[in-house]
Amino acid sequence: MGKWTRRGFITAGVLTGGVLAVGVGIRPGHRAPKLADMMTEDGETLVNVWVKIAPDNTVTAIVPHSEMGQGVFTSMAQMLADEMDADWDKVSFEQAPAHEEYANYALGREYIMGGANVPGFVQATIDGAFLTLAKGMSLQITGGSTAVRFTGEGGMRVAGAAAKEMIVRAAARTWGVPAGELRTEASYVRHDASGRSEPYAAFAVEAAKRAPPSQPKLKTRAEYKLMGQSLKRFDIPAKVDGTAEFGIDVDLPGMKYAAVMGPPVLGATVAGVDASAAGAMPGVVKVLNKETFVAVVADGYWQAQQAVNALDVAWTATEADGLDQAALFARFRGDMDEAVARGREKKDVSVGDARKAAEEAARVYEAEYTVPYLAHAAMEPLNATAWIHDGQLELWSGLQNPLAVRDELANELGFKKRDVTVHNTLLGGGFGRRSNPDYPLMAARIAEEFDGPVKMIWSREEDTTQDWYRPAVVSRFKAGLGEDGMPVSWENQFVHKNEPVEATHIPYKIDHQFIHYADSPNHVRFGPWRAVDHTQHGFFIESFIDELAHEAGMDGYEYRRRLVAHAPRYAKVLDVAAEAAGWGRELPRGHGLGIAVTDSFGTVVAQAVEVDCTGGQPRVLNVFAAADPGYVVNPDGFTAQMESGIIYGLTAALYGEISIERGRVMQSNFHDYRMVRMDEAPAITVELINSDARLGGGGEPGTPPIAPALADAIFQATGQRIRDLPIANHEIGYI
Amino acid sequence: MITLIVNGRRQEVDVDPAMPLLWALREQLKLTGTKFGCGIAQCGACTVHVDGVPVRSCSTPVAAAEGAEITTIEGVADEDGVLHPVQEAWIEAQVPQCGYCQSGQIMAAVALLRDNPDPTDADIDAAMRGHICRCGMYGRIRQAIKTAAKA
Repeated sequence: MGKWTRRGFITAGVLTGGVLAVGVGIRPGHRAPKLADMMTEDGETLVNVWVKIAPDNTVTAIVPHSEMGQGVFTSMAQMLADEMDADWDKVSFEQAPAHEEYANYALGREYIMGGANVPGFVQATIDGAFLTLAKGMSLQITGGSTAVRFTGEGGMRVAGAAAKEMIVRAAARTWGVPAGELRTEASYVRHDASGRSEPYAAFAVEAAKRAPPSQPKLKTRAEYKLMGQSLKRFDIPAKVDGTAEFGIDVDLPGMKYAAVMGPPVLGATVAGVDASAAGAMPGVVKVLNKETFVAVVADGYWQAQQAVNALDVAWTATEADGLDQAALFARFRGDMDEAVARGREKKDVSVGDARKAAEEAARVYEAEYTVPYLAHAAMEPLNATAWIHDGQLELWSGLQNPLAVRDELANELGFKKRDVTVHNTLLGGGFGRRSNPDYPLMAARIAEEFDGPVKMIWSREEDTTQDWYRPAVVSRFKAGLGEDGMPVSWENQFVHKNEPVEATHIPYKIDHQFIHYADSPNHVRFGPWRAVDHTQHGFFIESFIDELAHEAGMDGYEYRRRLVAHAPRYAKVLDVAAEAAGWGRELPRGHGLGIAVTDSFGTVVAQAVEVDCTGGQPRVLNVFAAADPGYVVNPDGFTAQMESGIIYGLTAALYGEISIERGRVMQSNFHDYRMVRMDEAPAITVELINSDARLGGGGEPGTPPIAPALADAIFQATGQRIRDLPIANHEIGYI
Repeated sequence: MITLIVNGRRQEVDVDPAMPLLWALREQLKLTGTKFGCGIAQCGACTVHVDGVPVRSCSTPVAAAEGAEITTIEGVADEDGVLHPVQEAWIEAQVPQCGYCQSGQIMAAVALLRDNPDPTDADIDAAMRGHICRCGMYGRIRQAIKTAAKA
């Protein structure tokens, strides 16, 4: 990496070979009293997202996110290149290394400030503070559907616009003409009056001599040329010819392979290992007892896994050993009851007086819902390759949070951070699972006992039983309805509050609301699962609203429309999805049409689902989706994310269930943790709405509405309410 | 020593005859385009052709493929690197997301279209239902197969 000039907010420099690099960086030193303690390091220029212009006029975007199928390399480059007026045919990307300089300040800032506008003159201070904070948190996360709306908006576009302004000013100086007479087009600066035209690269060195603009002018939406277009993804060609390199494909000279086994009851540790059979198997190099897991290192993965299967491992007893799923749900309900009985409800939302309003209401309506634990089941089983040599630890893996992994490895294994290098690869699916540092840490602990690189691969059975799960949740509702059937009060109690906090909040105008929860700790570990809390609460809230509509004798779509009269984005997606589905049309006997709407990660999505219940198990025929992310940067890429989110949520709604018996996860592989396949996949249409709202995310918001929309459709077809997922556990008849 | 003919090349591997073909391809021959997904022939990520027939290499002992013509994803394009119409259609429809299952999906689609150049939706369901895509790109896979069928 080249040296960076210390010029403030936007930084620039010339790398070897005359490459101009521009970044959205930080000048420490401004110290607002409240922020001072965050500003720990002085005299340092930090750059988190940037662009390079090479002498051959190619433009490279450096992207601080992981590619796990969402097309992030392309969308980030697209946002940057548009602001630059770059020639798209000569734009490429590089993935940023796991280093503090790429800590995602835009992410940290948006998380904490919620995108609040700040005056321009304190911009550098604020940004400096938040980058420092992001560094401290080692925030280089791909998750929360953040790339386009945070990094793209706050980083890529700014870097691109700054680079363009610098080049234009340099051209103006070089040619001795006013900058206002120049225009930019396809990576060229043109002066129409004199007919002069030169590539950006011709001005790279001159551009870097002057301070970058502190606040470059960004395009208005009417000026976008690349944003808003379905540009083809950079990563796809390598994914059709076998050359794409995932973590599992990493190959190092002299590398050995490791297979592992974690505790059958999460939290247990190794009490003893009989390795007499396994240790004698061909190809086995070493059997390791690592306390929280056992591992076999061998010449090949298959040999290592065969040997792990042959191990006789005793595990310590835990309090969870006798626990089964029914007991867990009973415990959740008990803890909820107790919270209410003792007046110890944990408050989430309290507006008006929901309990009093319910007492005074014309009628009350109550329902309870449950969802089971869910595993992520990314297609690529978890894996990581670690190598300790020359006092350094190197690790290769597909990671959603490579910087946090680097810190975790340094802390746990006693390395200095600068002696740990993390190489991030393509991810064969993430869905939240690859944000946890457990598996790279295991690989590093195996490598500690071995002289040479070791690739650890989890079996599918390990991947299923050693997950960090979407929680099993019980949620109870009580609503008071007025004479007109519309809700006047809304009380909701549930267990396990995680992220995002607003997942339990409702968009509907109801004057009295009391939303509260109880904690009910247990041994099944929590992990973020695509859309996190929105998936279960989307199912609960939207199912209950639909029940209220039915109780009121009203249509579910019309009922919602009346309750979102104050919220035009909700109204619009409901209208568009309903119209696409032909809401109100006559359906064949045994068919049903349902609808639901959720707002997650800044994107409002409605889905209408048509189901055929004549065949015993419901068959999902069509999903009509309408999504409003504010503005769609890459329509085809965004549509693909919606399609993906819908199928992911459909698998969970129909089949998804991790259950606990004797403390253990009972499912192990795709034969008993069932997935939606080609012959069950519905036709999906996606309508996109550019409402001009702040940008929302794409990766997760497609997932939450499908389960309640489908449950509603089944009710419409059969009169049967699904209050407990998965649907496959229910006998579906039809009328 | 076991002789494998992979993508037209004859190679010897020194492995346990019971080892699944998948691991011989990936670890001995370094052909990592073929993926490990489940190990029990449930997901299709490991699909290769053995004498033209799509098989699950995770559950096929290497000895069972000895002497047979094996084709992996690396051998689907022609010798000059010109992509197969199925691969072209995959790019056109922007099928892959994470991409991990796509080698297996493409191997299945290539076999389907060779035997049945104009498949119905039911034919596509039957040929492809053994292949899980966790990114849920089934609609695009179906579209790409139909595009390739016309090519």
